[in-house]
Amino acid sequence: MATEIKEEPTRRDFLYVTTGAFAAVGGAAAVWPLIDQMNPDASVKALASIEADISAIEVGQSVTFKWRGKPVFVRHRTASEIEEANAVPLEDLRDPATDAERVLAGHEEWLVMVGLCTHLGCVPLGQKPGEEKGEYNGWFCPCHGSHYDSAGRIRKGPAPKNLVLPPFEFLSDTLIKIG
Amino acid sequence: MAGNSSYNPTNKVEKWFDERLPLLRFSKEHLMDFPSPKNINYWWTFGAVLAVMLVVQIITGIILAMHYTPNIALAFDSVEHIRRNVNYGRIIQGTHAVGASMFFFAVYIHMFRGLYYGSYKAPREILWILGVVIFLLMMATAFMGYVLPWGQMSFWGATVITNLFTAIPVVGEPILSLLIGGFVVDNPTLNRFFSLHYLLPFIIAAVVALHIWALHVPGNGNPTGVEVKSSADTLPFHPYFTMKDLFVVVVFFIPFAWFVFFAPDILGHADNYIEANPFVTPAHIVPEWYLLPFYAMLRAIDFDVFFISAKLGGVIIMFGSIIILMVIPWLDGSKVRSGSFRPMFKPFYWLFVVNFMMLMYLGAQPAEGIYVILSKVGTAYYFGYFLLVLPILARIETPKPLPSSISQAVLDKNK
Amino acid sequence: MNMKKNIFAIFAVIAMLISTAPAMAAAVTGKPAELQKWSFAGVFGTYDTNQLQRGFQVFYEVCSSCHGAKQISFRNFAEPGGPEFSKEQVKALAAEYTIIDPELEEGERTATPADRWPSPFATELEARDANNGALPPDFSVLAKARNLAKKFPMNFYDMATAYQEGGADYIYNFLVNYEDAPHGVEIGDGQSYNAFLGTGISMMSPLMDELVEYDGTDVPLTVEQYAKDVSAFMYWMSDPHLVQRKTIGFNVLIFLSVLALLMYLVKRKIWAGVKH
Repeated sequence: MATEIKEEPTRRDFLYVTTGAFAAVGGAAAVWPLIDQMNPDASVKALASIEADISAIEVGQSVTFKWRGKPVFVRHRTASEIEEANAVPLEDLRDPATDAERVLAGHEEWLVMVGLCTHLGCVPLGQKPGEEKGEYNGWFCPCHGSHYDSAGRIRKGPAPKNLVLPPFEFLSDTLIKIG
Repeated sequence: MAGNSSYNPTNKVEKWFDERLPLLRFSKEHLMDFPSPKNINYWWTFGAVLAVMLVVQIITGIILAMHYTPNIALAFDSVEHIRRNVNYGRIIQGTHAVGASMFFFAVYIHMFRGLYYGSYKAPREILWILGVVIFLLMMATAFMGYVLPWGQMSFWGATVITNLFTAIPVVGEPILSLLIGGFVVDNPTLNRFFSLHYLLPFIIAAVVALHIWALHVPGNGNPTGVEVKSSADTLPFHPYFTMKDLFVVVVFFIPFAWFVFFAPDILGHADNYIEANPFVTPAHIVPEWYLLPFYAMLRAIDFDVFFISAKLGGVIIMFGSIIILMVIPWLDGSKVRSGSFRPMFKPFYWLFVVNFMMLMYLGAQPAEGIYVILSKVGTAYYFGYFLLVLPILARIETPKPLPSSISQAVLDKNK
Repeated sequence: MNMKKNIFAIFAVIAMLISTAPAMAAAVTGKPAELQKWSFAGVFGTYDTNQLQRGFQVFYEVCSSCHGAKQISFRNFAEPGGPEFSKEQVKALAAEYTIIDPELEEGERTATPADRWPSPFATELEARDANNGALPPDFSVLAKARNLAKKFPMNFYDMATAYQEGGADYIYNFLVNYEDAPHGVEIGDGQSYNAFLGTGISMMSPLMDELVEYDGTDVPLTVEQYAKDVSAFMYWMSDPHLVQRKTIGFNVLIFLSVLALLMYLVKRKIWAGVKH
């Protein structure tokens, strides 16, 4: 009774292949929601970009904002800090970048960086008045002793890269959008 | 059983593997060759539907656990968060909730099929008892799962059901506090119910493995109730029954999808969208529909019997209504398996089905007036069917002549 | 098969009961509910964006001073399938509210679209104090926490037609049935009589004709219209992804139907040579 039926092999195979392919496509479509649910949900994505009011930050002051759960350093730099950063020859840098590449044109006094050391992710010191600023008048990571300069570039210590710049833009002179 | 194995390793690697762990041989014998009676009808496909439903519930459940928070302050909001914010969360959560109902719908068909065709009779008693164990585990799992969203019905359902244990004399109260970990249902209760709700499905899966093992020893029954006599009576499981089962699974998914996508809340109770409040009991406490018949039997006992209080009596009846299923193989002494050949059995059977549906209806009605009387009648028939009808029919009934074999029955049918 | 015949008989009886039952639904204890035609009801239902915007206006101008909506984020108002306000409108709306944030030095900040709708009262106690001891329920899922109690077989009829919008009917009927208490009915101090509930209730009738000014439409400014609009809006709040869910559902059902047909053909082909 279990003998195979050999008539019309092509039409039968066509039906089997069609059904199999159809089921496979449906199965794949059903699997996607089961995977996608692990991606950031709508409430997390809603916080992907923030607006930060920087009108109250005086020259020489820094403020830390929270963006995507990470600290973002916003520093209103003094003229001497900018000058100092521009004076460094590129060949002295581990991760070469000019000061102009670290800021937005026309807003050179505003340095906006993710405040996590590129070595192992600690938060460097130097945001608050009186904190250790490191040997290069910028930021100093207390975990393993990385020194960043006034443009947030790595100058000494184990960190491989400059402090990361988040995507940001000026919505007005006093309002920036990060992310 | 497959008898002589048809599995022949085709190359050295397979041979090497087969000598150490004959997994492919086992799969070939039990998933592909397993001979099943060729005359089994569509009511037999629900075993496969149930296996698929268990997998669906476990997968969606694991996903929900990634987003759910078992804490009384956060549980309700975390379920709303899943529905509103998690990618496809509304659908995954709906699938799990509706899935519980579909699972029970399928299990009831599976069980009533067994009751009609005498699937519990020798040599399948253990197979049947394992099935009842699975049913009990399913009810426990569903109950604890219903507590997790921490709505009003969750809370009061948990309170009422755990309080059943206080009916037990002397040790009832200590058992209650042990179960709920406090003076009332509270955060410790929610936490342990979450843990157990996650654990139990895997225990169900293990018992299902035993259930299938016990099935593969005598093989499938069939609508005639006549045992397989020769290989002419059977077909290999694959492709005949795999494709038949898959077809039914796909069809089963259509009403399933209907509820998930178009009415995901309709099988639940509106009160469960109100966050749990230990100071306000909802006007009507009703369990989910699939527990209603047993709930009706619990409430039907509102009188004391000698030293047994109404409360204890109700609990005994409710648990007894399921435990009694385990001993049916010894209550129904009829030599004929299939109800199709038992003229007197049939009306009693269908009355039992209608009675079960009536109890389901009564479980959702307020415990007053005519409903109480009907519940008592229904409970009496439920037990009477097993304790009186089946044993007596076995003695007095003259069954119709059985076909000599499955093949003969098929020939007769196709004449 | 006898068993099959019997099952069909049962279904036939149920179908008959359904088809002969009049379309009615019992209210809680008061007068019967008048069922409304909701644009979002049934299989093909979608929200009416204009209605949701009007309903939002009623919620915003009337209800939101006492009732919160803690599951709703401002961003939800701009999402497809909802009231679909523009991103700028949502941002401006959020900016009207303040969020308490103990992490900040100031302790509070202006709300953004990512924030939840802030509760009008800081604590339950405060809410009760302001409302004569009653607690105004949160609106987020209220439309699903209320329902019309439908008896067999109407509940099966609803399943077959995918009608689960009883909550919106409940809210509508509740809002339009404030009346003077009939003779002999006692209501509590400071309560108003609601004929739909058949009891007194702590909330006064919140709506009256021409209470809310709808801009640029000729929709009537009546209690019935406001009640309808705000009920629809509340249903959206309780189920904001209804439209997306149903859209996916259509694809799934079409897919399953075709696959079921193919599987049937496969099964038939395989069994073709077997008498069974």
